[in-house]
Amino acid sequence: MNLRDLRFEFEELLTEYVQCLDEGRLEEWPEFFTERGVYKLIGRENVEQGLPLATMFCDSKAMMKDRVTAIRKALFYSPRYLRHLTSNLKIIGQEGEAWMAQANYVVLQTLQDEETKVFNTGKYVDKIVFKDGKYKFEEKVVIYDTIQIPSLIVIPI
Amino acid sequence: MPFWVYTDPAVYRLEQELIFRGSTWNYVGLEAEIPNPGDFKTTYIGDTSVIVARDEDQSINAMVNKCGHRGARVCRAASGNTTDFTCLYHQWNYDLKGALLGVPFRRGVLESGRKVGGMPDDFQMSEHGLRQLKVNVLNGVIFASFDPRMAPLREYLGEKMFYYFERVFDGRKLRLLGRTRQKIASNWKLVFENIKDPYHATLLHVFLVTFGLFRADQKSKIEMDDTGMHAALVSRRGEQKASEGTVDMSNFKADYYLQDPSLLANRKEFKDENTVVMQTIFPNLIVQQQTNTLALRQIVTKGPESFELVWDFFGYEDDDEVMTGYRLKQANLMGPSGLVSIDDAEAMEMAQRGCARHEDESAVMEMGGREWLDEDHMVTETAIRGFYNYYRQLMGFF
Repeated sequence: MNLRDLRFEFEELLTEYVQCLDEGRLEEWPEFFTERGVYKLIGRENVEQGLPLATMFCDSKAMMKDRVTAIRKALFYSPRYLRHLTSNLKIIGQEGEAWMAQANYVVLQTLQDEETKVFNTGKYVDKIVFKDGKYKFEEKVVIYDTIQIPSLIVIPI
Repeated sequence: MPFWVYTDPAVYRLEQELIFRGSTWNYVGLEAEIPNPGDFKTTYIGDTSVIVARDEDQSINAMVNKCGHRGARVCRAASGNTTDFTCLYHQWNYDLKGALLGVPFRRGVLESGRKVGGMPDDFQMSEHGLRQLKVNVLNGVIFASFDPRMAPLREYLGEKMFYYFERVFDGRKLRLLGRTRQKIASNWKLVFENIKDPYHATLLHVFLVTFGLFRADQKSKIEMDDTGMHAALVSRRGEQKASEGTVDMSNFKADYYLQDPSLLANRKEFKDENTVVMQTIFPNLIVQQQTNTLALRQIVTKGPESFELVWDFFGYEDDDEVMTGYRLKQANLMGPSGLVSIDDAEAMEMAQRGCARHEDESAVMEMGGREWLDEDHMVTETAIRGFYNYYRQLMGFF
């Protein structure tokens, strides 16, 4: 497949991924990953200093499902609308079977009784593979600039 | 507890003077963050910006980040390595202890053979350095105080609290794993209360309850120092099963199992049988010891209704890869997205919102009685009463 077609596929994947989160279809979120897929939400200051501590860290689809269950059943947080905007998707290379891609994102959050605010921004650093007829994330590292998080982050980015 | 302590700007200003810039020890960082001479970081004590630096002689120094000239912030970087600090505006130059080294044109300037300008003859460099703070480093943890005659940190903690402090800070070299931060829209004292409040833990935190990480029916106790300003909540992890103690907890969900239990995989690493110790050290520090996830939570006040909570997660230099792995996974329970701590941020903000327009009313904190004594159970607000007993005296509120 040529780079242009591949880029189209990855744009589609990214769009579906953020729409899943924006529309609250959280149970579908783990399905974007391979079985031993890795999701890491980590602050830019840690990445720049070579520190490993992530804000959210799952290294299996099962762990992601557990987080979704916790969000649905165990956590208390006020209702909100989320809207992800993505841009600057670039395929930067290949590593074995996986394609490496990056994109920028912004999450706009609207809490009840408040105006919409810029909640979190950063970039996605992804490893994408083709498995079972679909493109999936083998790894998604979300490096956020907004290191001073307003209140809390409950829904994955 | 009258609600105005959480909302009044005048109380907030008084706290900055009497507490944060007073006779207290404030956590400012780890030796492991500034291992080499010239290393520095900037942080806050209350809402005062401070620089913490390691000098060429290996000493750790702390100073107020405010130029002796016209009060500008001198150091704008979060961290780095330097030989000296220079204020951008007029290039006043300070050494790693904060002493003033150079003032451009201090002796004036030669103009057509004549010396013009310059500082007055009685200008003393030594009087215009960065305000130096007293520093106490205890087993790798750095504290600073605005009081030059502050008693040693160990005395400030008292032996009971020092015991729990030394449980994790035993002299082994620490390793910073990383940092997360959140801005919480509530008064800073609410987070202190939250960690001194074992009563809420079992009722709010479904995750804690369901997985037996902390429950009212497990062996636990709460201890304070003699003043009531510090406290430690201590508990031992039980198993996930329904018992008499769980019936009262409407959040218990017996059919909730992890699909990937590696989240809670752990190794016993401390000598005692406790699995949780949550220690509050007045006025700006919480030491979190939850199974293998260890963190220092620093309170940075930002006005009466806002503060930043900075979580410094750490391990030890001699941790093997497996232990580091446990720490990084268990960290999912904590921080701004913590499976346990998310509830706290929400609860504090909701409590703060409830105060507005009700400043003359009061909160009721009588769970466990009306005194403030150490207890060997968790159904109590005794540590909160202890804290406010001390706070009231310190602030002069009677």
